[in-house]
Amino acid sequence: MKVDAELVKNVAALAQLKITDSDLANTITSLTDVLDLVDEMQTVDAAGIEPMSNPLDAKQVMRADEVTESDQRDQFQKVAPSVERGFFLVPRVVE
Amino acid sequence: MKQRTIVEILKDLDNKAYSSRELTQDYIDAIESQDDVLNAFITTDFESALTRADEIDQLRHKGEAPRLAGVPIAHKDIFCTEGVRTTAGSKILENFIAPYSSTAVSQLADSGAIMLGKLNMDEFAMGSSNENSFFGPARNPWDITKIPGGSSGGSAVAVAAGLCAAATGTDTGGSIRQPASMCGITGIKPTYGRISRWGIIAYASSLDQAGPMTRTAEDAALMLQVMAGYDPKDSTSINAPVPDYQASINDSIEGLRIGLCKEYFSDGLDDNIARAIQNAISIFESKGATITEVSLPTVKHAIPAYYVIAPAEASANLARYDGVRFGYRCDEPKNLADLYLRSRTEGFGAEVKNRIMVGCFALSAGYYDAYYGKAQQIRRLIKNDFMTAFETVDVILGPTTPSTAFNLGEKIDDPISMYLQDIYTVTSNLVGLPAASIPAGFSDGMPIGMQLIGNYLSEAKLLNLAHKFQLETDFHLKSPGEVT
Repeated sequence: MKVDAELVKNVAALAQLKITDSDLANTITSLTDVLDLVDEMQTVDAAGIEPMSNPLDAKQVMRADEVTESDQRDQFQKVAPSVERGFFLVPRVVE
Repeated sequence: MKQRTIVEILKDLDNKAYSSRELTQDYIDAIESQDDVLNAFITTDFESALTRADEIDQLRHKGEAPRLAGVPIAHKDIFCTEGVRTTAGSKILENFIAPYSSTAVSQLADSGAIMLGKLNMDEFAMGSSNENSFFGPARNPWDITKIPGGSSGGSAVAVAAGLCAAATGTDTGGSIRQPASMCGITGIKPTYGRISRWGIIAYASSLDQAGPMTRTAEDAALMLQVMAGYDPKDSTSINAPVPDYQASINDSIEGLRIGLCKEYFSDGLDDNIARAIQNAISIFESKGATITEVSLPTVKHAIPAYYVIAPAEASANLARYDGVRFGYRCDEPKNLADLYLRSRTEGFGAEVKNRIMVGCFALSAGYYDAYYGKAQQIRRLIKNDFMTAFETVDVILGPTTPSTAFNLGEKIDDPISMYLQDIYTVTSNLVGLPAASIPAGFSDGMPIGMQLIGNYLSEAKLLNLAHKFQLETDFHLKSPGEVT
């Protein structure tokens, strides 16, 4: 797998991470190293094998739609960087 | 201070050899004298520990002491602990005070175990040397120039050095077993879903599993007894009865079928480790177990599959760190996009960022099938191999790690060689099988670990086998000298 600057920038955008121009060469190298390692998978013939996402092949469980927890907003907002009147504050989005 | 097991502590407390307060103070003294060097703890909570110890002394006096009353433990800093800082070894959670406790932490607290503090780890459990911690690496008490293993490095160090009687760890690709091996202690990663993941900071949700890290298999049985069980708050927790692990720990192993995976005895394995495993095999044979070779041809693809699946799940799990609801927020964000981007870029360490990048790549349009899809197919092929093997053997035995603890700094600039440390351990996570590491010898003064892998929900059998080995050997009783 060929890793170039364009691929790194696309992936960084998906990851919401900032890659500066000075980081770019290092990031290309580290991504290339990992992909070289994992590309070994492509030698495996797995045609027709059902992918396994849960080790126990468990199915998603459902529960009754009942209220089990009380409102703990104040407690959870104690750990927020910035709150006001019960809202989480972020920079203005709409002018 | 004398190194004590949980079993000894419970006996001593019952016999009034010392009070819970005196014992807790002993451990606090050990931490205060040794942890400046060892760096096993990120946060300590001595005041609460001593208060709790007094309560336990009262309960014991009244004859109401619960199962682990007065046992001083510590938690890997990935378990949320209500009112106590929980960092996951990351700058992004440096000041995060958990608003609730994880199920495993609550179960241990309810059982009377006393928490001394929170233990060092690789950031978000990503690493095999504890060097990826924002708080600096913990040091191996057998040789402080060496790594303790990771990611539950602080847990292994604290137990090995006697800074707590036992600790919790989590294991996504070997993070309980590898540090247990390198620090000469006992660790078990149970079957996926055996212990609730609720309140444990997520790395790779289909692989993560918590477990005990202790001095002996008996202690691991005592602790697992408390931690295991169904939790409606974790949709992947197993709804099956928890057996009495102590009841079967002394069972005969006559006729037990032990398999040796030939792929685990390849060229990369250190000679002294191979010899230690051979020695263990002779001991098991002398106790009546039969040894056969098994082949797991697909395990050679486990590391590639793991380093796609784990980063893919991590990239999704770590999307929540956005600087809005909790965790680190960058200074003076220009707008919302800048807030997300800089909070994450400044808050995460290098290896975490690498894995998020790999994960986003593996899940992205055009690459999903060739990477994530393919890794999930290989995962099933590996499971099929294990299920075939378990038709003819009860337990698979081998080394935990290809080498003993390496030097601090030795592999930090070579992530790929670090990844290969997990070569014998990641398979159990991919398949969800229980696996234990127990001390099996020493090489140039550094501990060697032996791994026992069992079929689903066979924790009792693994602990039985480990205990039988510990009755015949004294590797688990050896302690490193005091480090000051």
